[in-house]
Amino acid sequence: MNPRILPYVLILPVTVFLCMFFLYPFVLVAQQAFSTETGFSLDNFREVVDYWRFPISLQNTLLLAAAVVPFQVGLALLMATMVNRMKRGRDMILYIWTIPLGISDLAAGIIWLAIFDQSGFLNSMMNGLGVIDQPVNLLSYQNPGMVFLAIALAEIWRATAIMLVILVAGIGLIPKEYYEAAEVFGASPWKRFSRITLPLLRPSLQTALVLRVILAFEIFAVVAALGGTLFPVLMGETYAYQFDLRNGGAAAAMALIILAISIGFTLIILRALRVPKGASI
Amino acid sequence: MTLHSKLFGAASGLVVACTAFAAQADVLFWSTQAKPVEEAQAMRDQVLAGFADVVDYQPNDGGPWITRLEAELQAGEGSIGVLGALHGDFSAMNPDDLMDLDELGVSAASDTFNSLGMLGTDSVQYVPWMQASYIMAANVEALPYLPEGADINALSYDELIAWTANVHEAQGRPLFGFPAGPNGLAHRFFQGYLYPSYTDGVVRTFASDEAVGAWEAFRELWSHTNPASTNFNILQEQLLSGDAWIVFDHTSRLAQAFNDRPEDFVAFPAPAGPTGRGFMPVLAGVAIPRTAPDMEAAQALIAYMLEPETQLATLRATNFFPVVDVEFPDDLPPSVRAAGAAVATMSASPDANPGLLPAGLGARGGDFNRVFVDAFHRIVLANQDIRTVLDDQAETLAAIMEDTGAPCWAPDAPSEGACPVE
Repeated sequence: MNPRILPYVLILPVTVFLCMFFLYPFVLVAQQAFSTETGFSLDNFREVVDYWRFPISLQNTLLLAAAVVPFQVGLALLMATMVNRMKRGRDMILYIWTIPLGISDLAAGIIWLAIFDQSGFLNSMMNGLGVIDQPVNLLSYQNPGMVFLAIALAEIWRATAIMLVILVAGIGLIPKEYYEAAEVFGASPWKRFSRITLPLLRPSLQTALVLRVILAFEIFAVVAALGGTLFPVLMGETYAYQFDLRNGGAAAAMALIILAISIGFTLIILRALRVPKGASI
Repeated sequence: MTLHSKLFGAASGLVVACTAFAAQADVLFWSTQAKPVEEAQAMRDQVLAGFADVVDYQPNDGGPWITRLEAELQAGEGSIGVLGALHGDFSAMNPDDLMDLDELGVSAASDTFNSLGMLGTDSVQYVPWMQASYIMAANVEALPYLPEGADINALSYDELIAWTANVHEAQGRPLFGFPAGPNGLAHRFFQGYLYPSYTDGVVRTFASDEAVGAWEAFRELWSHTNPASTNFNILQEQLLSGDAWIVFDHTSRLAQAFNDRPEDFVAFPAPAGPTGRGFMPVLAGVAIPRTAPDMEAAQALIAYMLEPETQLATLRATNFFPVVDVEFPDDLPPSVRAAGAAVATMSASPDANPGLLPAGLGARGGDFNRVFVDAFHRIVLANQDIRTVLDDQAETLAAIMEDTGAPCWAPDAPSEGACPVE
């Protein structure tokens, strides 16, 4: 086969697949969001934005992302550096740390529910230690802070691994010569981390952050398991419009709003962590 | 072509032919009811095994249920033979998508149910299949705390509140259980129980002064309610675990408690308020989508579902009661006896004020429920001013009623045109 056509032939199946199962449905959803019985209109958007829970769910989603993602970046960086320094058992630790990656988000939510529930592990433990006399209900509408904390913890536990994997791969790409040179000049470990690892890790950090932030705006199952209706988030409201209210137009509008937020943040991250031309390794 | 590939081709062709044949012989019963694994299996083994054809009983959540159905309707052809769902599910559909079932000649004993099955048209769109209601249940340990002089079979809301307060005080924790979780049926309590009992209406009286009184009473009840109720969906779990001693829920969502430990729990009617003892029946029906592959088999299956023996088998399988006249045998499970007695006492009580399921709302049924759930969230959980919230939610409610043009249903006084929010 002509080597000039070959690459296009190779990506053809994926392109066709994406067009059929992503682009086409996306166009349909967009169409649904912008139309009512009377034709083109913004009524669907007006309806979902005017609903009294919309500002709350938007705020909750953003707050959660703001609390979880930076913490995860720090944690993933720390874990990746640690793994990289290990001489023995590196693979084993990496496997163990990435176990949560293989667990579905709903299952993760249920695991943490088993901990925080009124008859859950945390309550039994505190009861056994004599801290409390009888089980306390931690995840109730009276403790919104606790609900938030439980969801944030579950998210950190579940989704740090995806950043870790990307960062470990990124650190592996940094040539050893830089570190050797730095050592020769007597740079401290912190200096080596902040002056070599971090700057050269930019492309990986960019990828990891973009992926993670998009996932953070799509948070749904963990919240549903731990917060029920107490902690409305954008994705949960979308689900309610589609399946509880059978209002496809409003659900499509919500989906587009989430998409817009995701694109906005992706652009910000791409811009903030951009790699200058010709500076790649 | 090699011999191998020829053989393979022939074999796969045979497999395809076989599955196609098998798929055609089965009647697909696509249902939103009897979803729990044990109930679904009982439907297959005890109810549908007696039907002449093989029935493929597939229960599903409302979302996937409507999604597949709509896909088949849009495609103009499908494999679903018979639909089983709640009145609310059917009323959200376009009646043109359901076959008219007048010629089938089967119907329920209750004319009210039969007219609900017409979905506002002149012909039968779904045939009533089974019914249930909502009742109260209590752990026998709570009985000593009943307020003095109160009859558990004729409680008032004030007595219920006093009772839950007594239990709260004695046990040191609130033990009333309320299905306010994401999949709980709290909205039915407001629509069919609290509002009819306090305001003698649902829509007309939504924001009346009596309604303010109803919410004040409910707030008081809530102060003796386990705050984890916002995560309670099916109260039999909390009855069995001891997290709630006095509860309100759907009869089939309490059944397991009575069947597992019949000695430990009692069932009793819902309480009465100033305007009577409001209560609401639950109605499920069977229908045929216009895309059903084998109309005759589907019709035969519907006729079979309405036979008295099938109805009794359904009762044992799902804890939903028959809609036709049957003679009850003596060996019914404890849950059926307990719930049946409570429902009978409730409907026969002198102050009974039965309400009907919301009708004529079409696809806006979910929005209608949300008005009540939102009112609950704002008034009770967020502690907002009752009058403000009701006036606010009344606007949403009025818009839904005007949009759908749904006339009033009992206990609201009949209306000409859309039911007004007064």
